[in-house]
Amino acid sequence: MSLLTCEDFLKELNDYLDDATSPGLRQEIEAHLAQCPNCWVICDTTRKTLRIYKGTELYPLPPQVHQRLMEALRRKITERNGRH
Amino acid sequence: MHPEAARTNGREDAELVRLAQEGDAEAFAKLVARYENSIFRLARNITQNAEDAEDVLQETFLKAYEHLGEFRGDSKFYTWLVRIAVNQALMKLRRRKSDRSVSLDETFDTGEETLVREIAVWAEDPEQLYSQEELRRILASAIESLPPIFRTVFALRDIEELSTEETAQILNLSVPAVKSRLLRARLRLREHLTRYFKRKGDDVFAYL
Ligand SMILES: [Zn+2]
Repeated sequence: MSLLTCEDFLKELNDYLDDATSPGLRQEIEAHLAQCPNCWVICDTTRKTLRIYKGTELYPLPPQVHQRLMEALRRKITERNGRH
Repeated sequence: MHPEAARTNGREDAELVRLAQEGDAEAFAKLVARYENSIFRLARNITQNAEDAEDVLQETFLKAYEHLGEFRGDSKFYTWLVRIAVNQALMKLRRRKSDRSVSLDETFDTGEETLVREIAVWAEDPEQLYSQEELRRILASAIESLPPIFRTVFALRDIEELSTEETAQILNLSVPAVKSRLLRARLRLREHLTRYFKRKGDDVFAYL
């Protein structure tokens, strides 16, 4: 019988998803998840949230932005070398 | 480059930094190539504005070049770079919005806030429900809906994959403060995405 409440579970959710809980606590969490459908859903959907963000590149660097960065650096380096 | 790969480059970074400090522009260009994607993405996530993100990208590497002599190597080069970028990005945000919510050490009542409002089972692979472009738009709008400090912590921890300790150091926050903001960020994103990703026909109900 697990003593973990839903509030306790929520406090541990981050560490649990990050694989940073002690084995004992992990067991308690898993016992709670097995008997609490709500916490199971929260856990599953938060895990999926992270998985989807990690698997999707939202903002690839546009080639023109890269180009303008290199130009700005080139100007900076020339300017610095000019001072020597 | 993927953050995981960046992490294994620590020693090589130190060598490139040393060469760059001695005036080797090629070495500095290699560091730029290694981290420009990450810095741009981070700036874009924090500022929520393409123009500001480009400014932050340039300012970060120009500042890094200018102050390279002051880099002592007691932190990783990448962490040092991220710190510059985050400061520039938050400054942009403050300027653009004169937004009081940009404060990093804002306190909130951790006991009162409802962390979870909706519970609904998601589809097994919810990302398959949308085209790549729709998915990007949905994910981006969820991040945009977060207060700046939440999306900054989320971007550092879950997108750029810095550790809790590194994130705390970069933001001058305590480790527990980073953890509580990250939990709120993750749960708010989850909540926001539920309306798009829930399994059809399932009820949504209040909780906690
Ligand atoms: Zn529960």
